Amino acid sequence: MSVLVPRSLSEALDLLRSDPSATLLAGGTDLMVEINLHDRRPRSVVSLSRIDELKTFHVGDDVVTIGAAVPYADMEHGPLAEALPALAQAARTVGSPQIRAAGTLGGNLGTCSPAGDGLPVLAALDAVVHVVGPDGDRHIPFNDFMVGVKRNSLAGGEIIRSVSIPRSDCWQGYAKVGSRNAMVIATASLCLSRSSSSVTVALGAVGPTIIRAIDAESWLADACDLSLKVPSDVASEFADRVAASARPIDDHRSTAAYRRHAVRVLARRLLERSES
Amino acid sequence: MTTAVSTRLRQGTLGTSAVRPDANAKVSGSFAFSSDMWADGMLWGATLRSPHPRARVVSIDVSAALAIDGVSCVITADDVPGQLTYGLIAQDQPVFARIGDEVRYVGEPVAAVAADHPETCRRALAAIRVDYEVLDPITDPEVCIAGTEDLLHPDGNIFREQRVVHGDQSITGEVVVEGTYVIGMQDQAFLGLEAALALPDHDGSGVELYIATQWLHEDRKQIAACLGLPEEKVRLVLGGVGGAFGAREDISLQVHTCLLALRTGRPVRIAYDREESFYGHVHRHPASIWMRHHADRDGRIRRVEARVVFDGGAYCSTSPAVLVNGISQIQGPYKCPSALVESWAVRTNNPPCGAMRGFGVVQACFAHESQMDKLAAAIGVDPVEIRLRNAMETGDVLVTGQIVDDVAPVERCIRETAALPMPPLSPDSDDYRDIPGGSGLTADRRHIRRGVGWGVSIKNLMYSEGFDDYSTARCRMDDGVVTVKFATAEVGQGFVMLAQQIARSVLGVDEVLLDTIDTQIGSAGSTSASRQTWMSGGAVDAACRAVRERLLDLVADRDGLDRSSLTIDDLDITDGLSYRRSVVDAARGLRIDETAEYRHPPTEDLDQNGQGNCHVAFAFVAHRAVVDVDVDLGLVKVVQVATAQDVGRVLNPLSCVGQVEGGIAQGLGLAVMEEIVVADGLVRNPSFTDYLLPTFLDAPEVVATFIEEFEPKSPLGAKGVGEPPCISVTPAIVNAIRQATGRDLPRVPVRPSDICL
Ligand SMILES: Cc1cc2nc3c(=O)[nH]c(=O)nc-3n(C[C@H](O)[C@H](O)[C@H](O)COP(=O)(O)OP(=O)(O)OC[C@H]3O[C@@H](n4cnc5c(N)ncnc54)[C@H](O)[C@@H]3O)c2cc1C
Repeated sequence: MSVLVPRSLSEALDLLRSDPSATLLAGGTDLMVEINLHDRRPRSVVSLSRIDELKTFHVGDDVVTIGAAVPYADMEHGPLAEALPALAQAARTVGSPQIRAAGTLGGNLGTCSPAGDGLPVLAALDAVVHVVGPDGDRHIPFNDFMVGVKRNSLAGGEIIRSVSIPRSDCWQGYAKVGSRNAMVIATASLCLSRSSSSVTVALGAVGPTIIRAIDAESWLADACDLSLKVPSDVASEFADRVAASARPIDDHRSTAAYRRHAVRVLARRLLERSES
Repeated sequence: MTTAVSTRLRQGTLGTSAVRPDANAKVSGSFAFSSDMWADGMLWGATLRSPHPRARVVSIDVSAALAIDGVSCVITADDVPGQLTYGLIAQDQPVFARIGDEVRYVGEPVAAVAADHPETCRRALAAIRVDYEVLDPITDPEVCIAGTEDLLHPDGNIFREQRVVHGDQSITGEVVVEGTYVIGMQDQAFLGLEAALALPDHDGSGVELYIATQWLHEDRKQIAACLGLPEEKVRLVLGGVGGAFGAREDISLQVHTCLLALRTGRPVRIAYDREESFYGHVHRHPASIWMRHHADRDGRIRRVEARVVFDGGAYCSTSPAVLVNGISQIQGPYKCPSALVESWAVRTNNPPCGAMRGFGVVQACFAHESQMDKLAAAIGVDPVEIRLRNAMETGDVLVTGQIVDDVAPVERCIRETAALPMPPLSPDSDDYRDIPGGSGLTADRRHIRRGVGWGVSIKNLMYSEGFDDYSTARCRMDDGVVTVKFATAEVGQGFVMLAQQIARSVLGVDEVLLDTIDTQIGSAGSTSASRQTWMSGGAVDAACRAVRERLLDLVADRDGLDRSSLTIDDLDITDGLSYRRSVVDAARGLRIDETAEYRHPPTEDLDQNGQGNCHVAFAFVAHRAVVDVDVDLGLVKVVQVATAQDVGRVLNPLSCVGQVEGGIAQGLGLAVMEEIVVADGLVRNPSFTDYLLPTFLDAPEVVATFIEEFEPKSPLGAKGVGEPPCISVTPAIVNAIRQATGRDLPRVPVRPSDICL
């Protein structure tokens, strides 16, 4: 197995062009598990860790751009956390400090697990994934990027360069349920963003992809004035509708019934939290 | 007899928080665990395992594996020169499954390879062709109890069936409470994975094995039998052990590693990864326990009835002993004049189960402590009061008829636990780390309900039922240099430190060397059953005392002193008058070498009615748990556990606290998260991604106090401290969750959905 360490994005693209089957390595917190535990044997690996461009972020007036290789640790505090509190909250739930020092959003998107903690935030905040590849750049709305369980719409030879998230003064929050108080894969997670006229809600770990509860979102906007406190019965129905949009399964981590229930509780609580 | 007289405690002696000799290396990362071992010219070994819970092995074709470059050998059952099976109690577990025989659990070894690289091993395993005739597994213990023609093994489907009939069988209570309790399969989850290095003798007539184990001599006995070698041709040396908790009592990779080394004539090393470790060792028995308590109107227990089922999985391991431990202490630390217990440990096609910290008592305790809270509710008193009313004292009788003649400070355990400070009602900070759900930010304080729960337990110490459970130690004093040798497995508990403390206290020296822990001395017995402080402590103490007597004899002779007035005082030998010389100095030119064996009083088997003095001694402990519960999401944060533990005497305060904190974390794991999920014989979560252990954010604040009532039966006055901390903490936590939620919660671990759906 060869490991190549390009210093620029264009060098990385060249390497991929000459060997399209090469595997990208960012923090390695998913890939090394695949190799050590699940017998994955890449022939060649292209490491992204020395490409400065991928490791920078920019908080602009209208949009926040985060390089694909920025580690979660950088999202927990500082300017990114101030601009995107929900992302900071999601980042804080990822693994342990060691994992957060290494793991990246690019890797989260590369793996595209329904339980990936960065993903519901990207879905709820209408993020766009910027991709570079042999056939030029692509800008893919997150909600088109993820297409199934651990499946995304990247084509061969493409690299995720960054993610951009529009800035707004919406309230935003993230919550994640797992059966341990830290270092746990989500059994259900939810990101909610609220402006004075609309809410967006995205669900993790309760379906094959991240799910936007579009029906519940538009119902709530019609059912009440979001610049005011949402009446209790409306909040309840909203939570029921969010739960109805989940498509959970039974597995060894939890049951479909619990996951749906948890989504209902989280939707209600985050809506309340947006008013406190 | 002379005794060391000292008014103050010298640092490093008994009673002080002596520093462990392995502490620096472990903390700084330089300690060699067995998975770090290496030898020149070494080959790697790996094991092929059954993917089926039950299947007949039709054929095994290793030719393609042998053809791979770098593969030195492939072995199967045909290559086992000695006994084909092993086991601690019954030798029913095959070294490898034989053609024509059945594999009985997922993970059963079928073949092993030795090759030049782990990657070559992996390919070789993939190239071995095994044809199986897949059979329907039996995974429900009740099928075996009901009786079936379908035998899983020539030894049958029942490891042990045991009744306990005690006292007046006509007694009934004015108040009756009952329930059925289910305990899931817990893993010991030690951090240092199974690893061994075998070095063949040059002439191939024997082998040396470096191994992480709990009991070198028992391993050697079983390995030698399977290798067809005399025991002296198999020498074992303890490799660095990263935790054990019972999972290293049974043979796992020992025989395979030795066979490969003898076959290839080269050093061979096998090291499991985490997934293989889940298949490679036994687990805590899942159990189902029905109990009915009869009490008088004041809540005094008159009679208990129980039906106890332990699923032992595919092979016997220690199942019969685990069962007896559970049922003989099913009344808990309470007075109880009458009992009827039916119990079984059965064979199924589930993963084999055996020893784990608490050894059967964990399961029993979850049942009896759940019952005590039901009884309290039925009588209308609080959980502390019901336990005080029934608290056992020295002289009380177990349901086996055995009189508890130990120090038995149950009431003190409860009262002193109750006196420990409670945590603040609601912390002023809104730090998410203090709230159920933790960093997931699922709840705000107002979603949380608090509960307080109790658990109290009794745990036997040492091996039971007639077992000759001795320990050996040797102490040498050469020119004033003291060296202690024993075969006691240091698995992390700190015996290496305790041995030094004993020698310092008895001999009046500060420097104590420790010899290699290996089979070049008699057995120390197992590092389990909370027994090594008592047993190997007793042996080291006896060997050191023998050296001291001899030293004083020799000094008296040499220096013309009155022997009867010589004592060791602090670091000196003195006659109480004009003679005072440091021990080290006085011992110059002298060579003393003494070996001692320590034995506890004999015990007996239970008879067919479960009566008999089967245990040696007992320790007691109380736990009070304070939990915060997010009732809507079913998430739990254990805020605090308070505990008062009966330890006889604190020999090392820091070590005692370490055992208590660790045990509580392990008991918490069983209460709310740790479970090997098995479906149709398949393990669904053989990794730390899905087998959840408590993290620092899950571990509670621990407030501990020790009850020191010198135990006259114990050589050092101390009781074992290792197991009690993890036993009653589980029901204490669950009782607290019950109090917060009003739910029944008959099963551990309690899952979020058990609380909120
Ligand atoms: C102990 C542990 C705990 C964990 N806990 C969590 C958790 O709580 N929540 C969570 O969401 N995840 C968790 N994970 C998973 C993992 O940390 C995350 O998915 C992380 O975001 C992966 O990032 P990485 O940089 O390490 O990815 P890598 O492992 O380097 O890569 C992952 C995949 O993405 C591809 N990839 C990486 N970068 C790019 C790119 N720029 N363009 C295209 N493809 C790319 C790789 O080829 C690979 O297929 C945990 C992992 C471990 C080991």
